[in-house]
Amino acid sequence: MELLPTIWFIAIAVLWTGYLFLEGFDLGVGMLMKIFARNNTERRVLLNTVGPVWDGNEVWLLTAGGATFAAFPLWYASLFSALYLPLLVVLVALIFRAVAFEYRGKVDTDRWRARWDWAIALGSFFAAFGVGAALALTTTGLPLNANGDREGGPFAWFSGYAVLGGVAVVGFSLVHALAFLALKTDGEVRHRARAWFVRLLPVLILPIAAWALSIQFLDGKPWTWALVVLAVAAAATAWVLARAGAEGRAFLALGAFLVLGTASIFGAVFPVVLPSTLDTAFDLTISNASSSDYTLGLMTIVAAFGLPLVIAYQAWTYWVFRRRVSTDSIPEAHSFLPAIAVKAFTTKG
Amino acid sequence: MDALEIARWQFGITTVYHFMMVPLTIGLGLVVAVIQTAWHRTGKPEYLRMTKFWGKLFLINFIMGVATGIVQEFQFGMAWSEYSRFVGDVFGAPLALEALLAFFVESTFLGLWIFGWKQLKPGIHLACLWVAVIGSVFSAYFIIVANSWMQHPVGVEMIDGRPVMTDAWAVFTNNTALVAVPHTIFGALAVAGGFLLGIAWYHLWRRRRDGIDTTGADGKVIPGESTTIPGRDRADHSVWIRSLRIGAVVAMISFAGTALTGDLQGKLMFEQQPMKMAAAEAACHDGTGFSVLSIGNIGSQNCDDIVAVIEVPGILSFLAKGDFTTEVKGVNTLLPEYKENYGTHLPDNPIYGERAGQEIEYLPVMEVTYWGFRMMIGFGGLAALAAVVALWLTRKGTVPESPWLMRLAVFGILAPFGANAAGWIFTEMGRQPFVVAPNPDPSGIDQVFMFTAAAVSPGVSAGELMASLVTLTAVYAVLLVVEVKLLVKYIRGGVVSAMPELAHVPADENEDETPGSGGPGGAKPADDVLAFAY
Repeated sequence: MELLPTIWFIAIAVLWTGYLFLEGFDLGVGMLMKIFARNNTERRVLLNTVGPVWDGNEVWLLTAGGATFAAFPLWYASLFSALYLPLLVVLVALIFRAVAFEYRGKVDTDRWRARWDWAIALGSFFAAFGVGAALALTTTGLPLNANGDREGGPFAWFSGYAVLGGVAVVGFSLVHALAFLALKTDGEVRHRARAWFVRLLPVLILPIAAWALSIQFLDGKPWTWALVVLAVAAAATAWVLARAGAEGRAFLALGAFLVLGTASIFGAVFPVVLPSTLDTAFDLTISNASSSDYTLGLMTIVAAFGLPLVIAYQAWTYWVFRRRVSTDSIPEAHSFLPAIAVKAFTTKG
Repeated sequence: MDALEIARWQFGITTVYHFMMVPLTIGLGLVVAVIQTAWHRTGKPEYLRMTKFWGKLFLINFIMGVATGIVQEFQFGMAWSEYSRFVGDVFGAPLALEALLAFFVESTFLGLWIFGWKQLKPGIHLACLWVAVIGSVFSAYFIIVANSWMQHPVGVEMIDGRPVMTDAWAVFTNNTALVAVPHTIFGALAVAGGFLLGIAWYHLWRRRRDGIDTTGADGKVIPGESTTIPGRDRADHSVWIRSLRIGAVVAMISFAGTALTGDLQGKLMFEQQPMKMAAAEAACHDGTGFSVLSIGNIGSQNCDDIVAVIEVPGILSFLAKGDFTTEVKGVNTLLPEYKENYGTHLPDNPIYGERAGQEIEYLPVMEVTYWGFRMMIGFGGLAALAAVVALWLTRKGTVPESPWLMRLAVFGILAPFGANAAGWIFTEMGRQPFVVAPNPDPSGIDQVFMFTAAAVSPGVSAGELMASLVTLTAVYAVLLVVEVKLLVKYIRGGVVSAMPELAHVPADENEDETPGSGGPGGAKPADDVLAFAY
């Protein structure tokens, strides 16, 4: 067993878990803009619960990608090139979503806001779906040849697992966002979010549970089976806590569900990082896909102080913006007339 | 076009586009941080207004850099999987460190800055901006370390056909990177300088035209106040004249900086990639003269019909070696050397696809290198010259009434952007046909190189690449229109577009005397849940 590649397998699992935990709720909040919020003020409440933090959350994705490139270049190269079109969809979704957060309030008309609301909702949906599909496929396999290249054309990646993974992350993001909103908002939005959470949790976590279970049937080990059982228990706890009105603890319990669930999935597939569905001899594993020990050692040292630091200052951000947002705390839309109303470039000086 | 050509167009388009946003982010971020520091120290209301106004434009632009940056990281794996496999051991690390040590810092602390005007103490709030801005400079450092390794591979050994990092210190202190980083930062500041100058000029011009500011008998400005439009008071005049002067000074300093670092970079490049520099000069024969204008059928890749119309003797030697007499090798001398060292034909290896066995063209596209090099220097110099002229013309406190000068100042904003783009296009296309250029230092690692033809993803079809090229280009075009539209809206809105509170205060004359109302001393962590809301 190689120590450094194992450490980096765990590190990448941690990064993906961090991504799903943090961006999970802001992707979910994005989707809820269209299906939960009832009017513009409510949409702004939703938006402002994640306003200061969503960009920092998204960096977990970039770091997961960058760390995969650095630690397992062959995994990164095969996975990203094989999933060319789905990742293109993810990229376009993330672009529109990011720009929409910033630009939505910059012009004070309903038409402008409606467009960017769709950009946020659809961007969040497709990003969640695409990331879920990619993660599911890296655990269940892609048709890769000996060089690690995809065989069978642009859609050869498609399988039931892609859909399952996509739906799994979408479902989890939605339920996670409801827990987050119950914790971060006040008034009517808070109560509705908690009610939706209690009602929808059993349904929305089904696909992610199904993914975790199917991986256990494929590659499960006793301890990863145990993690699945604990994950389900954590979800049940979250449900009970939310019913009892303990929003903070319900949110944490759902987070524990995610951590245990992803641990069960990554643990089950270890040490394979990307199986080939054509021939198990072509599987990418932590030993044949990794960088040299020198590079991994260097990265370990940097990550050992870098990652805790990131967690510390991101936690501080959540502390700074810890207060609940309600419809009362949303200021009026800032509409302004141009100081310079006349078009300077068409008038003769 | 085949897969390789489409993938190259895509990388070029997305990178040049991304690098419109990035220099403005880095440059303007530094400027806003300095201005907010000035406000923190002096409490003068115009500095607060400048922080808010330029900060707003900074954010409108910043988000586009973020959004288009993700494409860059994913693209290596998606379109250039063979490249990623080959260089991953050494190239992945700076990318991962960029995300871990720079992007997290940038995004998190900028979120704190945007939303934390009231939640944070003024000093902490200011510190958050500085941390975010320094994060963006670190991000530039890491990505340039990665790029410089492609220009000048160091710190590796070939093991099983792949370069493996053996000396991280060498990679992270690559001399190519150590000159490229300050060159890029100065280039970014040049963009910010031109941006401030052009926009401030426009507002000063407009104040004169609307009769708010007038000039006395000695030609000095007499700032006035508009009774009808909120925010266009005397402090508003200070905002723009200070912004203009800061912009002009930043533009001049950054041009000097780019020239000095560019000179060092040029001297390195003559050693590290002599063909790139020969192509930049369209220098076919060995010589000492710098071509001011060369014409000829240079696209023919045949050096014989190029005529140097105007040439300054000795200058090329100075650029390359620092004296006026050393002969610099021309294309005709270099070509046989490259062929001898790196082969005449691409190997018969499936990795090269249809290009396997083809003859290697070592000469980059000379129109691009020759004109790219000159556009970089030309646009940069023009912007700096404009800054000097602008300082002189505004010495009496406002701008001349001429609408043409105003238009020139506004369109001048584009010049430093053009210089940045031209510089990158020159250096990346000048590196061809290599994606990782061979290192000719006597370090023994000159066999670490990769032809661009071998770098593209073998499993990805031309159709997929075309789909993404078309999609990304269309998305980027739409978003460019949106970004520019919003920038124009906020620029025309003036300071009040970033400070709604100005519209509700009837007169802010008292603001000049009592900075306490909005000054740093008076602001406390307030009870409002949202100091700023989307």
